[in-house]
Amino acid sequence: MATDHELHLRDRLTRLRSLNLLGGARLSGELEKLQRQLDRIQSAPTDEEIWRSVELARHQDRPYTLDYVERLLDDWVELHGDRGRADDAALVVGLGRFNGRTIALLGNQKGRDIKERTHRNFGMAYPEGYRKAMRLMELADRHGFPLVSLVDIPGAYPGVAAEQHGQGGAIARSQAVMARLGVPTVACVIGEGGSGGAIATALADKVLMQENAIYTVISPEGCAAILWRDAGEAKKAAAAFKPDAVHCLELGVVDGIVPEPEGGAHTDPDAAARFLGESLQEALDELESVAPDDLKRRRRAKFRSLGVYA
Amino acid sequence: MSSRIDVSIEHRNVPEPPGKQHPNTCPECQSHYRDDELEAALWVCPHCGHHFPMRARSRIASLADEGTFVEEAADLRSEDPLQFFDLRPYTERLAEAEMKTGLGEAIVIGQASIDGKPCELSVMDFAFMGGSMGSVVGEKFSRACDSAADRGVPLVSVTASGGARMQEGILSLMQLPKTVCAVEDLHDSGQALISVMTHPTTAGVLASFASLGDVIVAEPGALLAFTGPRVVQQTTREKLPEDFGLAEQNLRFGHIDAIVPRPELRPHLSRLLRLFSRNGD
Repeated sequence: MATDHELHLRDRLTRLRSLNLLGGARLSGELEKLQRQLDRIQSAPTDEEIWRSVELARHQDRPYTLDYVERLLDDWVELHGDRGRADDAALVVGLGRFNGRTIALLGNQKGRDIKERTHRNFGMAYPEGYRKAMRLMELADRHGFPLVSLVDIPGAYPGVAAEQHGQGGAIARSQAVMARLGVPTVACVIGEGGSGGAIATALADKVLMQENAIYTVISPEGCAAILWRDAGEAKKAAAAFKPDAVHCLELGVVDGIVPEPEGGAHTDPDAAARFLGESLQEALDELESVAPDDLKRRRRAKFRSLGVYA
Repeated sequence: MSSRIDVSIEHRNVPEPPGKQHPNTCPECQSHYRDDELEAALWVCPHCGHHFPMRARSRIASLADEGTFVEEAADLRSEDPLQFFDLRPYTERLAEAEMKTGLGEAIVIGQASIDGKPCELSVMDFAFMGGSMGSVVGEKFSRACDSAADRGVPLVSVTASGGARMQEGILSLMQLPKTVCAVEDLHDSGQALISVMTHPTTAGVLASFASLGDVIVAEPGALLAFTGPRVVQQTTREKLPEDFGLAEQNLRFGHIDAIVPRPELRPHLSRLLRLFSRNGD
């Protein structure tokens, strides 16, 4: 048993080591950390385990952005409004002190009960939300505050007003602003990383993912409806496009996996926050001494290297 | 639970497809044309002005000065990183698309001149897997940005795309930030991106490089939406305005600079290229 496991782990590490060939994330210095993370994860996710991640990522008790803010930041001051049209409650932004220093933080926010869910539009942002996010990014850049982005969105809101207010353009410009920032940026997918709505705020120097989070180009249901012509095949779709953290790490899409307490983040939000806080601090420490121009250059080079072709 | 978008509805209530129409029959006025008639008319219905989809090669021929187009990165081909298999393997879909379109991917890039002004051209083709953006589309568009920056010329991008290519999973989503970063590098080099949105420019392509043009123009009647009308209707049950997501609505709401009918596109681009050139000549 133990030998099997060891062989398996070695195999995975070898595969991870060869990933540079795919032009993915810079993995060289991080193998030790990966070893630790893989020890936790223990085995390749099966289709069932992938689906379990989908369920855990969407769990109704899973900690949301403000649950982590409460546990990780002092002196939190939430900022409101895009200075143009509205304040989008599905995406919260603000300033706070993280381990003694001021940071700018933004994150998607779902609701707990029906009333709050409606207020927060189930975490699905309008263009106004992305414009508020861009406002915070630029504020952070002006004042040299590191930016932390917590991603947890089923998808950007697909409604008439959202289209009229320029959903596509807002998502594009939000990424463009992130590509220009001269301050350290760390993003972490803490639940659902749903497509364009997620990448809008995830073009960061370091992209992390919680152990049971998912990162997808389309919801499993949407993919199944289009390719299988049956939304009921969501499980098959999820198994086919592999939205789990381990596969995202293998593909170089994320730089690290943040452990969760046994059974998922919702079983012990305090522990989940502690793990997240440590990972964020570690990522920020690594970026602290990098010059603004180098940050920008490396960030763009990293994203420009993503993709597999012949 | 209730936060999920129930896409199953979309599947169940799909309206009966209208009787299959010949691709050369105008959906607006039912006039029917031969290929050479439409090619000569730039694939615009001579009777009612409806804009038919235009293939990448025809588009390039209609914009570039004769003999100036030099294709780049033509040999790039998609891989199958996820060994993706839905009802059919992704590799089979790719091979079929190449056979059908005669193109290696859903985008063609290269150097060109328009009315004597040198530029880089990037043209998408909806006939290749719905113009979907996977790793190769992202890479080729990025290389077009670099080629434009290296030669100090503007990039003219013509888009037609249903969005990201699902068969490449999360890597296709990563083509959004990839192309955005390429545009930022192009802008840092001092060059312009002129974005021409044609029917349809939706989802991942609209939410990345297409929307970052210094100038954005669209063709009449083109659908330019992050989420298409059918999905919006089915998920929100909202009543959709008549021109939902169309170029005309986008112009009214301030998301594009102009709607330019196809026969006027070349002179329009020529004027823009002149304005963006260093000495304005």
